[in-house]
Amino acid sequence: MSLKDATLARLRKKIAEVSPAEAKALQENGSVLIDIRTPEETSLGIPAGAALLNRDRLELNIEDHAPDPGATVLLLCNSGVRSLLAADNLLAVGYSDVRSVAGGFVRWKSERLPLEVPVSLGANQRQRYSRHLLLPEVGLEGQHTLLQSRVLLVGAGGLGSPAALYLAAAGVGTLTLVDHDVVDRSNLQRQVLYSDTNTGLPKTEAARTRLKALNPDVKINAVDQKLDRTNVEELFADHQVIIDGTDNFPTRYLINDACVRLGLPNVYGSVFRFEGQTSVFWPAQPDEPTPCYRCLYPQPPPPELAPGCGEAGVLGVLPGVIGLLQATETLKLLLGLGDLLTSRLLHYDALQARFTTHRIQPDPNCEYCSGEGEFPGYSDYQDFCS
Amino acid sequence: MKNVTIRIPAALREFAGGMAELELQAVTAGTALEKLAERFPLLSQRIVDQDGAVRAYVNIFVGETNIRDSSGLETRLADGDIVTIIPAVAGG
Repeated sequence: MSLKDATLARLRKKIAEVSPAEAKALQENGSVLIDIRTPEETSLGIPAGAALLNRDRLELNIEDHAPDPGATVLLLCNSGVRSLLAADNLLAVGYSDVRSVAGGFVRWKSERLPLEVPVSLGANQRQRYSRHLLLPEVGLEGQHTLLQSRVLLVGAGGLGSPAALYLAAAGVGTLTLVDHDVVDRSNLQRQVLYSDTNTGLPKTEAARTRLKALNPDVKINAVDQKLDRTNVEELFADHQVIIDGTDNFPTRYLINDACVRLGLPNVYGSVFRFEGQTSVFWPAQPDEPTPCYRCLYPQPPPPELAPGCGEAGVLGVLPGVIGLLQATETLKLLLGLGDLLTSRLLHYDALQARFTTHRIQPDPNCEYCSGEGEFPGYSDYQDFCS
Repeated sequence: MKNVTIRIPAALREFAGGMAELELQAVTAGTALEKLAERFPLLSQRIVDQDGAVRAYVNIFVGETNIRDSSGLETRLADGDIVTIIPAVAGG
């Protein structure tokens, strides 16, 4: 008898084996069924409801799927051999009831038990997103969600640059950039999407080239238009998140009002000199209503009291910090992770190296988000920053 | 009287002699702003209107709480409170 056959014979005495039908019944009673085959094998189909955990990471990640080492764990491979070897490994790390599915996936399929086709990524994508795939909170399904997601950024400047770069890198499937500006050399101190050779080009065009080079998976819609009341709703439609990275008050109110009207989350950021602020405004949040931008700032300052935009100056890295916080909140929103910055205003003072958060509440009298009366329409604020 | 710290935002520091924060004694958020106005009238104009109401594009927080969600200018202060002024800024 070969060493392999002797080992398998010994393991068959040690490891409990169950038929695919028995495995399915146990799975229905709450036991976890783990398909340990390679991504190439599982891409064609897996037992319905099975967890995917390749054998080479089994001991490392088993606790994500079976936190209780006393629980029944069912392992499935293609024919029932690798699952025996893997079951022995799990017993060695402390699991007490590990069973191997006899005949593996081949038998499961031949007995016409239910199958599903798992979301899958190509080989390049598995490499590109490997650090996301290692996070249980993201994983294959989360990455698939990101690749199906659609995010719109208003402003491809200081805030939009880092946000767009990191969202593209993260594999957010569709990014729509709305900006009607051209690249100026004075932008390059902070607008890291652009290089010196881009000066004079439309920002959306230069951004699309840069982002496609970073990640060809991502579809970039370059909208070289000024956002206004006539195009805002059409542009925002079919997106899940709007990122406010604009540089003027009239557009910020327009973004807010359209997001409130369409029920979209507005991931807000703004910067001035050495300070920035960010929040997520989302009155239509499913769990609980949260404030809109107007609940915090019911009206913009008059032009004579507003700090000038171009002449105020800003530390180049400051919009990088705030834009990346916006990108982070956007990824959390898309993946349904953690606690969002809804109902909180985060303020960053770079000179003091201080982050503070302040609570904000919906204004019960807010004309736009309180749900009272008809939509008041879009405002005509004087565009004093252009 | 309570000893409190007022934090001045970057956007308004030029009207407060360049100060990022200062300490003063006050009982309510409103009296703190009045004391601020005595020292820096131009700063005060940007925070409150002629009637003394906080402007629609400025928020005053005592600690984490917006005074708008508390008792407004009557919001009581405690020793050690930090009063933060946060105006709308638009830069991007």
